[in-house]
Amino acid sequence: MMLSMAPYLFAFLLLVVGLYAIVAKRNLIKVIVGLMILDYAANLLLVLIGYRSAGAGAAPVAPILVGGPENVRALAASSVDPLPQALVLTSIVIGLSVTALVVALAIRLYEKYGTFDTERMRNLKG
Amino acid sequence: MEHLVPLLVALPLAGGFLMPIVGRLTKSHRAAAALPIAIACAGLAIAISLLGRPDETIVYWLGGWSFPIGISMVVDGLSRLILIIIAAISLLALVFSMDYMKHYTSPGLYYGLFLLMLTGMNGVVVSGDLFNMFVFLEIAGIASYALVAFGTEADELEASLKYLVLGVIASTFILVGIALTYNVTGHLNWAKVAEVLGTAGGAGLSLPMYVVAALFFMGFGLKAAMVPFHAWLPDAHPSAPAPISAMLSGVLIKACGVYVLARLVFSVFGGDQTMGVILAGLGATSMVVGVLMAVGQWDFKRLLAYHSISQMGYVVLALGAAAVMRANGVSDAVVGLAIFGGLFHLANHAIFKSLLFLCSGSIEYATGTRQLKMLGGVGKRMPVTGACLRVAALSISGVPPFNGFWSKLIIILALVLAGYYTLAAITVVVSFLTLLSFAKVQRYVLGGDPSEAARGAREAPVGMCLATVVLAVLCLATALVIFPTVRARLVDPAVRVLSVRVSEDRPAAAGPAVAREGMGR
Repeated sequence: MMLSMAPYLFAFLLLVVGLYAIVAKRNLIKVIVGLMILDYAANLLLVLIGYRSAGAGAAPVAPILVGGPENVRALAASSVDPLPQALVLTSIVIGLSVTALVVALAIRLYEKYGTFDTERMRNLKG
Repeated sequence: MEHLVPLLVALPLAGGFLMPIVGRLTKSHRAAAALPIAIACAGLAIAISLLGRPDETIVYWLGGWSFPIGISMVVDGLSRLILIIIAAISLLALVFSMDYMKHYTSPGLYYGLFLLMLTGMNGVVVSGDLFNMFVFLEIAGIASYALVAFGTEADELEASLKYLVLGVIASTFILVGIALTYNVTGHLNWAKVAEVLGTAGGAGLSLPMYVVAALFFMGFGLKAAMVPFHAWLPDAHPSAPAPISAMLSGVLIKACGVYVLARLVFSVFGGDQTMGVILAGLGATSMVVGVLMAVGQWDFKRLLAYHSISQMGYVVLALGAAAVMRANGVSDAVVGLAIFGGLFHLANHAIFKSLLFLCSGSIEYATGTRQLKMLGGVGKRMPVTGACLRVAALSISGVPPFNGFWSKLIIILALVLAGYYTLAAITVVVSFLTLLSFAKVQRYVLGGDPSEAARGAREAPVGMCLATVVLAVLCLATALVIFPTVRARLVDPAVRVLSVRVSEDRPAAAGPAVAREGMGR
C-alpha cells in the first residue's frame, strides 16, 4: 500500500519543493526554476493518474490499438489511460510559453536593475 | 445559431495572430485598431444574438465529434450575460486605445495580445469541460502578463513578474484540482462531473472532492484577487496601460475568477453550506480589507485597483450568502434575489470600474501624472472626462439613481430578508467608506483650481471621450435592469442557472443537454 502510494507522494513533494523555491529564494533564476518544478509536479501527477496496469506486476500497455475494432474492449481494460497523456502534452506547451515569458521578463529586469536579486526590485508596495 | 458560438473564440484568435503582420504594414495606432474593433463588434453582435433564446442551453460540438471524444462549447444564461459584458467592455476599451496608445510603440503586438486575451476570456466562458477551460485561462493569463509589462519600465516589469508568479501558482493549483477531479469522477465535462458526483441528487461531496474544492478555491481565489490572495492586483492593474487596466479590472477577474468559481460551486459541487460560508467569508474580507486599503491611497489607479478587490467582494459575498441561504432552507425568492444582486453588481462593476480606469487614463494622458496630490481642477480643464468621472464615482459609491445603488440595495435587501443583519451592516459600512474615498477623488482630481500639472491639460481626443461617454450613459442605462422586462432577458436566465435547486430531478445546470447527449451514444 505504502509503496504504491510513493509516486503520488513524490509528486506532492515536488509541488511543495517548487512552492518553497518560489517563496523563499531571492534569486530570480531560482524562482523561475521553482516555477518549472511546480509545473512539472502537476504534470507528473496527471501522468500518474492515467497509469493503469493489467494486473499486479504486469507491464503497462501503451494505448495503441492493434488489429480491428474487436480488440477495443480488451485494450481499454488493460492499457494506460491516454487522456491524461494528451492533457500533459498541452500542459507542457503552456508551461514552455510561460517559462519563455518569465525568462524574457527576467532579462529585461536585469537590464533595469543590474541584478537578479528580487529583494532589490521593490519599487512597488504590493 | 449554435454555429456562431465557436466564432467567439475563432475570430479573436485568428485576429490575434494576424495583428503582428498588420503592425508591420502600418505604424499608426488608428489604422491598426480597425481589425480588432471589427472583431470586437462581431463578438458583441454574436453575444447579443445569443440572447434571442434566453433559457436555452446551446451546445456546440467542435468538428461534429460527440460526447466522449469531442470538445464541447456550452452557452447558457450565465455565459450569455458574461459574454455580453466581455464584448461590450472590450469594444469600448479598443475604441479608447486608438488615441490613448499613440505614445506607445508596436501597435501590432498590443492589439495582438489584446485579442488573445479576448480569446482566452471568451473561451473560458463557453468551454464545456474543465481542461479546455484551463487552456483558455492560460491563454488569457499569458496575454495579460505580457500586457501588464507592455510599458517595459522597471515598475511594469516588476508588477508583471509578480502577477506571473502568482498566476502560475494559481494555474498549478487549478491543474492539480482538475487532475484529481478526473481521478475521482473519470470525466472532465462540467455536466458529467456534476452527474457523477451526484450533487444533482442532493448528495454532499466526498472527502477527496473537498480537497479538490479547496484547490479550486485557492486557484480561482488568486485569479479573482480575493483577500488574502490579492497581493498581485494593486501592482498589476495600475501598471498596465489604462485600457488594459479597464479590461483586467472590468472583465478578466470576473470571467477568469468569479464566473468559474460560481459555476463550480453552484453547478458542479452543489453549493453546500461549507462552501457558501467560505465564499461569503472571502467576499466579506475582500470587501472590508479592499476598501480600507483604498482609502489611504494617493495613486489614482492604485486606489481604483483596491476598490476592484472591494467591489468583487460584494459579488462573492452575495453568491456565498445565496449558497448558505439555500442550504438553510431560506425561500427560493430570497436566494434568487441574492444571486440576482451579485450578478447585477458584477455587470455594474464591469461598467463603472472600466469607466473609472479609462477616465484615469484620460487624465494621465492630459496631465502626465496620476498622483492625486499633483492633480486638481481637472473638472474645469476637461469637462467631458470630469463629468464621466463624476458619474462613475457616484455609481461605485452607490448613489441613486446610478446602477451601483440598485445592485448594492438588492444585495443588502436579500441579506436582511434572510436575517444576516451583521453582513448587511458590513455591506452598508463598506459602501459608506467607498463614498468617502471617492469624495477624496472628487476633491483632489476634479475640484479646486487647476494645479501645475493640470494647467496645460486639454480635453482628451474624440475616441477616448466617446468610450467614456458611452460607459457613463451605460451607468445610468443599466439601472433599468431593475424593471422586469429588461431583467427577464438579461439577468434572470443567469440567475436561474445558479439558483436551480440541486434536489430537483434534473442534471446540474452546467448543461443538461450535454448530459443527455452523452447518454445516447
